[in-house]
Amino acid sequence: MTESEIKNTVIKLLKQIAPDKDPAALQPDDNIREKLEIDSFDSLRFIVQLEEQLAVTTPEEDYGKISTLRNLITYIMKKKNEPNA
Amino acid sequence: MVEFTMPSLGADMEAGKLCEWMVKPGDKVKRGDIIAMVDTQKGLIDIEVFDEGIVEKILIKEGEKVPVGTVMALINDGKAAIPAVEPTQPIVNKITEEKIIEKFIPDQTVHIKASPLAKRIAAENGIDLQTVTGTGEAGAITKEDVEKAISQKSPVSEEVIQVTEKVRIAVAAAMSKSNREIPHYYLATKVDMSNALNWLNEANKQRTVKQRLLPVVLMIKSLAKALVEVPDLNAYWENGLQKKTDINIGFAVSLRTGGVMVPAIHNTEKMTLDELMTTLNDMIPRARAMKLRSSELSDSTVTMTSLGEGSTELVFGVIYPPQVALIGFGSITQQPWAEKEMLGVRPVLNVTLAADHRATDGATGGRLLTLINQYLQKPELL
Repeated sequence: MTESEIKNTVIKLLKQIAPDKDPAALQPDDNIREKLEIDSFDSLRFIVQLEEQLAVTTPEEDYGKISTLRNLITYIMKKKNEPNA
Repeated sequence: MVEFTMPSLGADMEAGKLCEWMVKPGDKVKRGDIIAMVDTQKGLIDIEVFDEGIVEKILIKEGEKVPVGTVMALINDGKAAIPAVEPTQPIVNKITEEKIIEKFIPDQTVHIKASPLAKRIAAENGIDLQTVTGTGEAGAITKEDVEKAISQKSPVSEEVIQVTEKVRIAVAAAMSKSNREIPHYYLATKVDMSNALNWLNEANKQRTVKQRLLPVVLMIKSLAKALVEVPDLNAYWENGLQKKTDINIGFAVSLRTGGVMVPAIHNTEKMTLDELMTTLNDMIPRARAMKLRSSELSDSTVTMTSLGEGSTELVFGVIYPPQVALIGFGSITQQPWAEKEMLGVRPVLNVTLAADHRATDGATGGRLLTLINQYLQKPELL
């Protein structure tokens, strides 16, 4: 999966959770939850979707590593390239 | 014979429009079955039946708006028949009243030629036939004309605004009534969440992503257990204090476009933490889509609001009448904490209570908050 493919999938998932916002307008370093007004409940739904759609499992201690678009994409790329991830 | 009436889905509801019957005369129904869909200020609501029997007669047509309490159908439960004339009398009056209003509209549109199918599709989609150009015989409006008009109508946005406005009006009515009639008193306490969060962290390591628990389920369960011991706060104020046997916590869900829905979690105290999480996973998206069941909107005995992570620390609520208490949970934040003459940093949760002073006094309210704190210190027992 290329970086832009991951980005597109992430934006699509965010749009499902925050249909009234425009996730495509997010800047790489914006705080996703603050910008899109996503609460704890929807945040967990998003993490469930990451697992279902991208096969990326995010342990709770990694929640801090996926707060912006830039580090979320980096995180997914790293997870995808890890052997046995 | 049992009368099936337009239910009241909250203190603020006066009338509802029957959109669709899910049953017809002769159908068998049992407790909990969804038998109708009603359009209210809180969206399209599935209406459940509370009796078992056979649908005898449907008294209200689809599309009619009737006041709360109006008999909409008769259900034969096998028990003694009620005199036929007596209950139908008031219904007839209401129906004719509605008919007059209903008739008034077709009269205006008498000059518009449209096929019955076109009329029906237009009504279902909120299309005003006067704005549609007919391409059929002698300028009659056809099904295709209406479908064209629907496709040209600006997508959902208009509808969403309308629903948002309706919710706003419903919230406004309930909250105005509350502040006008209920003498509120407020209490607050701080809870050290170290134990609860450590326990949750360990518990979640054993779970798949889908099964993970959020701190809010610990809050809900601790409140339910505390209410078992302080039943005066799980009550209605209606000609005095009416304690409720079931603990149905109304859980405030904010809508992304503004407004709030408060579905009830039935018998909260009997649920496990996993069951509570499953319930939230099902209920919150439905609340946001405004697809709740009638029992979820009408059965709350108390309300709780949780602000969630990264939000404000403290909330003092406005009670939802006729309830007598609203419990608020702020967001958990790192704060200095003094204990055993030592100063440390702890994850701290502010828990607040807004209660009806006609029903209870500060001592009762204080007991509830103390109990919530005690339960949150022993999450393994929740």
